[in-house]
Amino acid sequence: MTLHDRLRYAFTALRGARLRTGLMLLAMAIGVAAVVVLSALGEGARRYVINEFSSLGTHLLIVLPGRNETTGGAPPLVSETPRDLSLDDAEALKRSRHVRLVAPINVGAATVSFGGLERDGVIMGATHELYEVRHFKMGQGRFLPPGDVHHPQPVVVLGARLRRELFGSQPALGERIRIGDRRFHVIGVLQEQGQSLGMNTDDLAIIPVTAAQSLFNVTSLFRILVEASSREAIAPARRHIIATLKARHDGEEDVTVITQDSILSTFDRILGALTMTVAGIAAISLVVAGVLIMNVMLVAVAQRTAEIGLLKALGAPARVIQRLFLTEAALLSLLGAAIGLAIGQAATLLLRHLYPALPFGAPLWAIAAAVLVALGTGLAFGVLPARRASRLDPVQALARR
Amino acid sequence: MIELQGIERVFDVGGQQVHALHNVNLRIARGDYVSIMGPSGSGKSTLLNIIGLLDRPSTGRYLFEQHDVTALSDSEQAQVRRERIGFVFQFFHLIPRLTAAENIELPLVLSGVAPAQRHDKVQRTLQAYGLAERARHRPDQLSGGQRQRVAIGRATIIEPALLLADEPTGNLDRASGHEVVEILEQLNARGITLVVVTHDPELGMRARRRLRMVDGAIVEDTDTTS
Repeated sequence: MTLHDRLRYAFTALRGARLRTGLMLLAMAIGVAAVVVLSALGEGARRYVINEFSSLGTHLLIVLPGRNETTGGAPPLVSETPRDLSLDDAEALKRSRHVRLVAPINVGAATVSFGGLERDGVIMGATHELYEVRHFKMGQGRFLPPGDVHHPQPVVVLGARLRRELFGSQPALGERIRIGDRRFHVIGVLQEQGQSLGMNTDDLAIIPVTAAQSLFNVTSLFRILVEASSREAIAPARRHIIATLKARHDGEEDVTVITQDSILSTFDRILGALTMTVAGIAAISLVVAGVLIMNVMLVAVAQRTAEIGLLKALGAPARVIQRLFLTEAALLSLLGAAIGLAIGQAATLLLRHLYPALPFGAPLWAIAAAVLVALGTGLAFGVLPARRASRLDPVQALARR
Repeated sequence: MIELQGIERVFDVGGQQVHALHNVNLRIARGDYVSIMGPSGSGKSTLLNIIGLLDRPSTGRYLFEQHDVTALSDSEQAQVRRERIGFVFQFFHLIPRLTAAENIELPLVLSGVAPAQRHDKVQRTLQAYGLAERARHRPDQLSGGQRQRVAIGRATIIEPALLLADEPTGNLDRASGHEVVEILEQLNARGITLVVVTHDPELGMRARRRLRMVDGAIVEDTDTTS
């Protein structure tokens, strides 16, 4: 019996029992669709986080004061209270060919007011370099000007929403606003960006870092962002930063340097594992579908006993009969998987439409795995009914009708 | 053509041994027309199943076309059925979802004959049994007589040497039963060995050679040609 004939025979058999076939296809389709949708959700979360980090800049290193690493062992004899990061520290970091940009930042909260309107805002002290490091885009005007850090101009760059809330439809450029007890000139407005790593730049007011230090009456920095000159330079830049700051802090290594790569790969691993887990849970429904296929195939064998007897009488060997039933199981699995994929993709598109911020999309491996598992369970659970069919005694099978 | 030597068939029914066939010795020549009659449970269907290689004797030897087929494996026996033996059943055993033409085609499909050749043979067979108009009908759209003609077409499309019919008219009215018997006899006239199992004495008496079975043994063997 040729493959083509076998497929046709199996196909007519499936078409002959529409309800049964429909139910099995449904079961398989639900299983495959579940895998596709759940892995699309997991993958969407993963891509979302990766994108968030990528928007920080590509070769970014973040320097934090203090060492948050537990080393175990005896408690230290000398105090390990970390020194603050200072502007001079930031200045010192620039002296390496591995470092392209250094952007010290400071963060605090203050009341921002214009005219009669008042609003609590997040104030970020920064320098001209931050513009490039964070890949900001200007909506209007310009960013903080380059120039002497220690003699700041009283200028401010507003986030898009903060501008809207203070100025409404009126022009903001050139106006003077009050932050805390000081006045600042609005020289620019950031383009609307939305959420980025838990901080909404739309709500920010960015002022020169020294102005922020005197506003909050501190000399320390919150972070120093460093952009390495290339991807390969990330590791040497990191060594340079630690060495430089250690030398400046009396030989004590009291800073933490996070590379974006390490954060990225950690999140990538965690969320990748999460995606695999949900996909695995969804795959259980595929196995359930497989059991259902077995069950219904067994019923089919019982109902088609006379047909099997006839095939035997016509000279079909056990092997051919077994293959016929396996072909049916395989066809069911593949058709079910195809329907499931279609449903899954439609659901994914719908989700993407409903939540445009999250880049949902089932990864290729999940789709391939879903189809293979569907085919695998269909065949594995098809073996038992197929063997039962092929072992029927033709005389008894024909006696039934 | 067929030679049975000391055939026994013992069934195990609820721990008791039942002799369905008891020391059956039988020779059937090529082109013969044999009827097997007898009361229910006399073993005539069992005998037909053994001749048709659907069942194996418990002991004894069966020579089919001078070859010992008792020793063949299941798939080798299947090959003999596929190439040499046609079956006609009381309940037709057509596959309900297939059309008349597809039912007739089935043995060729199982043998792996190319579609082009299949088509010609099926058309000729449909013509021969007056089913050309009904080719695309499914069994439930056919009358009993038509169904049995489809079944005969299916049995003969492989041009078998041996045609086995188990109560071929048992489920038909007189007129279509008569029609079917005539077709079978025409096939026999063209050289096919025909063995018919029946309750119906009228049908049984038409055969040139008549066997009577009682309690698993052949008790009467009438050959009208000699």
